[in-house]
Amino acid sequence: MILRPNRALTWLFLALTTVIALFPMYWLFVMALTPIGTIPPSTPALFPDPFSLSNIVRLLTNAKDYLRWGANSIFVAGTVTLWHVLFDTLSGYAFAKKRFPLRSVFFWVILSTLMIPAQVTLVPLYIVTRQLGLIDNLFAVILPGTAAVFGIFLMRQYIQTLPSELEDAARIDGCNEFAVFWNVILPLCKPAIAALAIFSFVRNWNDFLWPLIILNKSINYTLTVGVAGLQGEFSTDYGIIFAGAALAALPMIAFFLAFQKYFLEGVRMGAVKG
Amino acid sequence: MQSARKFAKKHGWSYAFVLPSMVTFCIFVLFPVVWSLVISFQKYSLSRGGVWLDPVYQNYVDAFTTQGGVFVTAIRNTLIYSAVTVASNVLIGLILSSLIQPLGFRLQSFFRAAYYLPAVTSAVVIGMTWRYIYNGQWGLANYLLEKVGLEPLRWLSNPDIALGSITLSTVLTIPATAVVLFSAAMGSIPKEYYEAAELDGAGPIRRWWNITLPLIKSVTLYLAVLYTIASFEVFEKVFVMVPSGVANSTQTIVTQVYQNGFQQFNYGVAAAQGFVLFLMIAVVSVFQFRALRSDVEY
Repeated sequence: MILRPNRALTWLFLALTTVIALFPMYWLFVMALTPIGTIPPSTPALFPDPFSLSNIVRLLTNAKDYLRWGANSIFVAGTVTLWHVLFDTLSGYAFAKKRFPLRSVFFWVILSTLMIPAQVTLVPLYIVTRQLGLIDNLFAVILPGTAAVFGIFLMRQYIQTLPSELEDAARIDGCNEFAVFWNVILPLCKPAIAALAIFSFVRNWNDFLWPLIILNKSINYTLTVGVAGLQGEFSTDYGIIFAGAALAALPMIAFFLAFQKYFLEGVRMGAVKG
Repeated sequence: MQSARKFAKKHGWSYAFVLPSMVTFCIFVLFPVVWSLVISFQKYSLSRGGVWLDPVYQNYVDAFTTQGGVFVTAIRNTLIYSAVTVASNVLIGLILSSLIQPLGFRLQSFFRAAYYLPAVTSAVVIGMTWRYIYNGQWGLANYLLEKVGLEPLRWLSNPDIALGSITLSTVLTIPATAVVLFSAAMGSIPKEYYEAAELDGAGPIRRWWNITLPLIKSVTLYLAVLYTIASFEVFEKVFVMVPSGVANSTQTIVTQVYQNGFQQFNYGVAAAQGFVLFLMIAVVSVFQFRALRSDVEY
């Protein structure tokens, strides 16, 4: 805190870093909206000149599966997120408030695997996926995603801070344990669930390596895999590539602007790297 | 029987609550990790399954020697990328959060949001953007070089500088998580500390050095480890920026795992290389754990 050697210099620095932070994305969008023939303009413009949707039209007519990729990504990220919201909250609650044999063993096993890089599990997961005939199946993208444990920690941390009196009152009123969870805990967890849902969705929307490995047919691609593939398929039609990348970034940017507060709160809760 | 029923009544719900998470966790994390370790000592093929190697550690030897030892170069590249980006991310995060800390609530929120915005887009899109910024003929980077009177560079096609270009693109991506976490940590330092120091005649720099820095030590360490692990795992960016690899000059650990496992279908070697990555991350994590344990909280 409180480092101000020189106000003008500080503002200059902050302005400069803001430009550095935002400009690449901005440039991508300008290029996506500038009509591009064979070679893009080498003098960067601040605004698309002339403004045109021709790249996007060309993208959607030539890369026929583009919208399907988006739908696949929504399906994958949405399903994984739903799983985490429900079951991470449930097990987070049990780890936070319940005392049962092997509880700490379970918890430490989960905790210790936080440092296992996902890349280590790729080979066995791929072999099993092949043998089950699930190559090119979106459920094979979804299933390993349900095993991420960061949500369990997030929810446990949060639920630990909730007072236990309300649960006890509900029990006295005759609620069974699930009813206590559903009626008392779940409503109190809304801020943490919002953060968890947002991060889980963004994470899985952006996931790349695993879908790249097991999805072979264009129609099954998720958006990241499809967009990366545009580079090979339309190697010289830069307009299509720019439009594809910009359109893929747009939903997450809109998502961020809409739920900014929860995003930054979620980072603070120590949920994810980013 | 009686006691079993009592046990189920008492703890049944708890186990039911953790069951779904534990089941997927065992199937998709625990079991694959163990099996991956087994495969790393086998010659594995989809048709014939795994055969133990003789000597049993042969995959680990091959991991470092196939294709003239590219993996050694890959580790070196990864470590260089990691050292530069971790240092710059932590440092830039620290400077930016220190600078926005004295600002009002609205301005602070604005800067945090502006820095965070690009971080929500995928590494694939960011990597593609940078690939074209670095384009030799019409890219933004060469335009800027030309403006200041320098010769254009072949950013991504010159093997001598391709890794540096990729690293630079990460350095120039504002470390959003660091800014948010540093800001939160700095905001929670009691104001009295600064007031007391001011009464004692300490200037702003000394207050920052003697109060702020020591009190955000654990966050600094946490971020350093976070960024170290993320940089060890760097893949997407490299994959989309230089698909061809530029004469192996941009190979990283994970691009090697991908190539060996899923392009050459040499599962054993890919698994072994995965465990080398695991080992590197484990060392960093243990270091963090020990450092945090000895940390004195205020």
